[in-house]
Amino acid sequence: MTGTTSVGGPHLPRYHREDAALRTPVGFPDYRSTALRAPLRTPVDLAHRLTEVTGPVLGEDRVLPHDADLTLRNGGEAVGQRILVHGRVLDSDGRAVPGALVEVWQANAAGRYRHVGDSFPAPLDPHFDGLGRVVTDSLGRYEFMTVKPGAYPWGNHHNAWRPAHIHFSLFGRAFTQRLVTQMYFPDDPLFGQDPIFNAMPAAARHRAISRFSLERTQENWALAFEWDIVLRGSDQTPFETDDDGDVA
Amino acid sequence: MSEPFGNPLLVVPDAPGPHQPRSGRRGSGFLDGPLRLGTTPSATVGPYLAIGMTWPDGAWAAEEGTAGAFWIRGRILDGAGDLVADAMVETWQADPDGGFASPEDPRGAASYPGFRGFARSHTADPPGEFAVHTLKPGRVPDGDGGLQAPHIDVSVFARGILDRVVMRIYFADEAEANAEDAVLRALPEDRRSTLLATPADDGYRLDIHLQGERETVFFAV
Repeated sequence: MTGTTSVGGPHLPRYHREDAALRTPVGFPDYRSTALRAPLRTPVDLAHRLTEVTGPVLGEDRVLPHDADLTLRNGGEAVGQRILVHGRVLDSDGRAVPGALVEVWQANAAGRYRHVGDSFPAPLDPHFDGLGRVVTDSLGRYEFMTVKPGAYPWGNHHNAWRPAHIHFSLFGRAFTQRLVTQMYFPDDPLFGQDPIFNAMPAAARHRAISRFSLERTQENWALAFEWDIVLRGSDQTPFETDDDGDVA
Repeated sequence: MSEPFGNPLLVVPDAPGPHQPRSGRRGSGFLDGPLRLGTTPSATVGPYLAIGMTWPDGAWAAEEGTAGAFWIRGRILDGAGDLVADAMVETWQADPDGGFASPEDPRGAASYPGFRGFARSHTADPPGEFAVHTLKPGRVPDGDGGLQAPHIDVSVFARGILDRVVMRIYFADEAEANAEDAVLRALPEDRRSTLLATPADDGYRLDIHLQGERETVFFAV
C-alpha cells in the first residue's frame, strides 16, 4: 500500500497525522476553560477523501500591502521593541508551502489587545491594532514587522500570566493542513506556570518557540526572530501504513 | 527515548531546545524511513480571535444573490448548555456540481460562478450563533466507487479548545443520499442526527454541541 488512495483513477494524498504524543490535546485540565468546551467523546476517524485533501485558495487577494507591517497604523508608529518575525512554512515532508495565507494577531507592547473583551488596565496604543496578514513566497517564506507583545494577566488561576506570544492562523493546500497556533519567544520565564504552553506535549513545546535571529536583525532598527511552521505532509513516499494512513 | 526502534515509521522526538523542528532518522548513514519534519503543535485561538480572523466577506461562501444560495445557521453550546459566543466556524465544501475550487482536486480545480467553497463565521452576533451563506454541495466520489452524500467539512475554533474540532454538516432532506454515505453509515444510528441540518425559513439549521448528551460527532482527520 502507498500513501495515496484511489478515487476511481486519480490518487489522493493522505496526510500524515502526528503521533498523539506530539500533538496538543483538545482539552487540558489546568486550562480551565477547556472543561466545558473540549469535546469529551473520542473523535471518529475520518478517512481522507476529496473534501479533506482540497482546500480554499487564499492568497494575495486577502492581503493589503501594509498588512505585513504592524508598527505603522493610523498614521503613526507603534510603541515597543520593533521585531522582524520571519520563517518558512513547510509540510512535514519538507516541502515548502508557497502562496499560503498567514494571519497573525497579538497584544501590544504593554500586553493589551485591541478588543472589547480585554479589560487588562494597560494602555492601548493608537498606532497598533495587532493584526497582520502575509502570503508565503515561492519558497514558503514569510516575514512581518511588529513590536514584541507584552505578557498579560488572565483569570485561569491566581496570578496567572500568559507568556508573550503571537497568534498564527495558517491555511495550507488542504483542509487537513489547517493550523491555528501561537509563537513564543526564547527563554520566557512565564512558560512554567502557563497551562496553554504546557498543554503541548513536552517533546513538542520547543517547536512553538522562535529563535533569536542575529543574522536578520536590522542594524539601528529592529531585532529579528525566526520561526518555521510545519504543516502536515502527505507522505508522498510509498511505504507501509495501516488502513487509515496512520503510523501503526 | 521511550519508543522502540523496530518500526521505521516512528518519528524520533526532537531534541529539547529552542530550535526548529527537524527530521527523524537523519544521520544514521542510511535512510530507513521517510524523512519527516515534526509538525507545529496547535494552540487555542484564545478570546481575541476576532482581531486576526475577521473578514468582512467571511460568511459568504456564495455571493449575495447567487441563485439557489441559502443560509446555514446554528448555535454552539458548551457542556453546561451555555452559548459559546467567542467561537469561529469555518466551512469547506464542493460546489453544486461536485467540484472543488482547489488545484488539489485531482480532477482539476472547479470554478462555479459566485462561489468560493469556503466561509468563516464568528459566533458573536447574535451571541453563540454562526451563519454561512452557501450552496448545497453536489455529491462527490467516495473513493470506493460510490458517491458521498452532500456534506460540508466544518472546523470549530474557540477559547477553551486547544486544537480545532472537526465535524461535517449533512442535510436532513437528502435521506436517500445519506443512507448511502460511508461516513454516516459508520456512525451509530442515534448519533447521525447530530450532523443533520434541518430545513428552516431561509435555509438550514444545525446546532453544534461541544459536550453533553447530544455531543456532536467530531472527527479525527
